[in-house]
Amino acid sequence: MIEALAILLVYQLIGESLTFAFGLPIPGPVIGLALLLATLAAKPTLLARIKQTGTTLLSHLSLLFVPAGVGVMVHYARLAEEGIAIIVAVVCSTLLTIVATAATANFLIGWSNARSNARRDRGTP
Amino acid sequence: MKVVHPVADTWVYLAATPLLWLALTLVAYLFAFALYRRSGFNPLVNPVAIAICVLLVILLSTHTSYQTYFDGAQFVHFLLGPATVALAVPLYEQWGKLKTHWVALVVALIVGVLTASGSAVLIAHALGASPLTLASLVSKSVTTPVAMGISEKLGGLPSLTAVAVVLTGIVGAALARFVLNAMRIPDHAVRGFALGLAAHGQGVARGFVVSEEMGAFAGLAMGLTALASALLLPFAGRWLLSLL
Repeated sequence: MIEALAILLVYQLIGESLTFAFGLPIPGPVIGLALLLATLAAKPTLLARIKQTGTTLLSHLSLLFVPAGVGVMVHYARLAEEGIAIIVAVVCSTLLTIVATAATANFLIGWSNARSNARRDRGTP
Repeated sequence: MKVVHPVADTWVYLAATPLLWLALTLVAYLFAFALYRRSGFNPLVNPVAIAICVLLVILLSTHTSYQTYFDGAQFVHFLLGPATVALAVPLYEQWGKLKTHWVALVVALIVGVLTASGSAVLIAHALGASPLTLASLVSKSVTTPVAMGISEKLGGLPSLTAVAVVLTGIVGAALARFVLNAMRIPDHAVRGFALGLAAHGQGVARGFVVSEEMGAFAGLAMGLTALASALLLPFAGRWLLSLL
């Protein structure tokens, strides 16, 4: 567990360093994620050493949002004034985003499956 | 003569230490998670929303400031970084399926990211929100650390953005099932992708409750959304805000 945590932190550290050094717009942890993914592809044996800790951390990802969410208490005044606008905007736009994303992905995946099926059908006598 | 109140004195002492608020954050979450489990993981019994409400009641009734609370809770907040890196694990395991559908997923990603920020800003603007609030809502579907960075670049309030991000996650994780069922989309890869794009880490957490595949695709979507948003939103967001 300590080894896995150290690996995750080192990748995050490399990511943060690259972001800072080159002034990248991409956040450090996201670069760390990409680098770890590349390392796993090159060296699959690494997976066994981080899998358990990684999965544990991800299975309680919701917990990590609690401290930021409690910050709502700081914005009490703004919420009293603009709360309705913020809540309606967040709820509607989140639902719209799910619809737009799922519809696009579903349509394109269905289309590409149909195309490869058609190609396969033509190939058989 | 000095009056001694052991309980009150101990409280005053503990309330100023990080230990108390770190412990209470974990206890509040475990309580909320127990309710979530008892409901059969009903998406409407959202553990984040419940834990936040419990903590708000405690903080407000004890007149504790957010700063004092965060001094303890920051250790939990900090784990968002390594958890983001850990998403490499499920992504690696779903790599085969990912490679097959990458064109569809990249197009859906761009459509989703622009819908998420564009619709939030336009709806809030129509309802009369201030420019500061609008700038804070641009990155509300992006995972917290990235969203706060984008908000800062656009002249928003990063801490308000963090709240909007968490609210977005709660709404997405709670309601995605109903929307996706109504759309009759059974594929866990597509459902997960939409969930992670719209509701970032909380969508990922919800995805893993349903299936490994849905969680992995939600994680993929969250990572790609962070990437695409970090590249697109500072420019697209500024352009949109300048029109309003």
